[in-house]
Amino acid sequence: MKETYKKYIKVVIGLIVAYAVFQILFQTGMINSYYNRIIRQIGIFLISALGLNLILGFTGQFTLGHAAFMSIGAYTSAILTRNFGVPFLLALIAAAFTAAVLAIIIGYPILRLTGDYLAICTLGFGEIVKVFIQNVDYLGGARGISGIENKSGFTVIFVLAALCFAIIMNLIHHSSKGRAILSVKEDEIAAQAMGINTTKYKIIAFAIGCGMAGLAGGLFAHFSQFIDPKSFDFSKSFELMTYVVLGGMGSLSGTVIGTSILIALPEWLRGLSDVVKEYRMLIYAIMLVSMMLFRPQGIMGTKEITVAGLKNFFGKIKRIFRSSSTSVNKGKEA
Amino acid sequence: MSLLSVKNLTIRFGGLLAVNDFNLEIGEQELYGLIGPNGAGKTTVFNMLTGVYTPTGGSITFDGERIDGIKPYNITAKHIARTFQNIRLFGNLTVLQNVMMGYDYQAKSGLFSSIIRTPKQIKEEEKMHEDAMKLLTIFHMEDLAEEKAKNLPYGQQRRLEIARALAANPKLLLLDEPAAGMNPQETAELTELIRWIRDEFKISILLIEHDMKLVMNVCEKITVLSFGQLLAAGKPEEIRNNPRVIEAYLGKRGA
Repeated sequence: MKETYKKYIKVVIGLIVAYAVFQILFQTGMINSYYNRIIRQIGIFLISALGLNLILGFTGQFTLGHAAFMSIGAYTSAILTRNFGVPFLLALIAAAFTAAVLAIIIGYPILRLTGDYLAICTLGFGEIVKVFIQNVDYLGGARGISGIENKSGFTVIFVLAALCFAIIMNLIHHSSKGRAILSVKEDEIAAQAMGINTTKYKIIAFAIGCGMAGLAGGLFAHFSQFIDPKSFDFSKSFELMTYVVLGGMGSLSGTVIGTSILIALPEWLRGLSDVVKEYRMLIYAIMLVSMMLFRPQGIMGTKEITVAGLKNFFGKIKRIFRSSSTSVNKGKEA
Repeated sequence: MSLLSVKNLTIRFGGLLAVNDFNLEIGEQELYGLIGPNGAGKTTVFNMLTGVYTPTGGSITFDGERIDGIKPYNITAKHIARTFQNIRLFGNLTVLQNVMMGYDYQAKSGLFSSIIRTPKQIKEEEKMHEDAMKLLTIFHMEDLAEEKAKNLPYGQQRRLEIARALAANPKLLLLDEPAAGMNPQETAELTELIRWIRDEFKISILLIEHDMKLVMNVCEKITVLSFGQLLAAGKPEEIRNNPRVIEAYLGKRGA
């Protein structure tokens, strides 16, 4: 038990150091406000993608309505802060909570479905949410809501993203509940034979994942300061899915990598020469297609980046360098 | 009093009477065999015992409690565990995780304490880990603990499935064709294993099997099922010489 806590202290120290490094870079202006904005955007979508990975990667439930839960969170928090003057953090909690509760309500009937049927159902739910918001004047209709305060700073996003990461990590890799969730993806019949109520665990995973989407939505509303139903249509759900799939379904560090690459890449390509700029979305697409052809399990597969893993990796590189240098030496002697 | 008592068990699928008026009594620490030609309804009986199907008639009493018609995951909590005819391991999880899965339904920690990892939850998790390793050591699989289950050879997968079922702390273990796909040597080892499990864990075992040699060797009592009907029940010698059983398997002589 002591070892577990020691490990946690190390992780917390690591996070504080990472946070400090970012802050120093921001303060000294080495990362300008443009990049700052991109980093915050990555953080926000990372929270949503982590939630999606819990549903899609760990529980194996194919959902296409993830962006809808983001919009529920975004509208909840925006209305609360703008119309009722609720404090920002409280509004975020409300956003996550509302999305999670709605997930339980719609999850209860539809999570009995599997595969394609579930996908269609969640897709339909996404459209319902969009059309509903479009037709309710109080929510701004198709015009959306503007003039939301800019409150999603780096600190809040960083802390919440780390928290979401930790929640899924603890749940999946270190608990009986997590193994139950994994078993649902592996084999539902066998899971039931092991005494696991599969529907219950599907709903739990769905609620947590959608709650994270709601949280991300709340952050997004206070980041872009303007939301409309179209910001969360089903192409956004697909985008989130590409983050998860590219990083590796069932790998949290993979999701971090996937989200970072896929948000940063189009921005980075924009800065290159005119030709690249013109074809940047094409390059983006080609990258995705080739990824699926050559590494369908995603960048990380189901593995996680660990300290031991990194040591091993660098050890291998060192050995390759050493063996190549010794072979050169041998060559000289001969 | 017997551990499992099945009375007049019947199930219909539409017009098909799959199992009719089936009776079965299994005592404490008994090795029981359920045999019958293909399509006799053996697996259907298994599925009713484990809650996959709800019987249309009759009763199943286990340990003094009616268990017919309750959900599969609740059956496990009543201390009945099973293996599958076509192995159903959690292939992408490690051997250790597979075994720990057997303990999971017995875990007391809730969702919230799992997320924040309370000291109690960590201790419970460590205890499960320890127990699972012990069980794997008994099965001589401790070296394979970190291996993915799908990478094990066939015979080992069968053993792992049995280990996982035992982790669920059963009083009655149901084995669905454990020797399917095994060579004679592996079958001989399995015979030993089944006997040893009964003695070590002090549980009853009900097994469905095609391999006559295994059943006759291992089981103390046998029930024969044919076309959904109970054909005979008794000691292996009695079954071996029962003309009705011979007829069901080989057909009538000189018809």
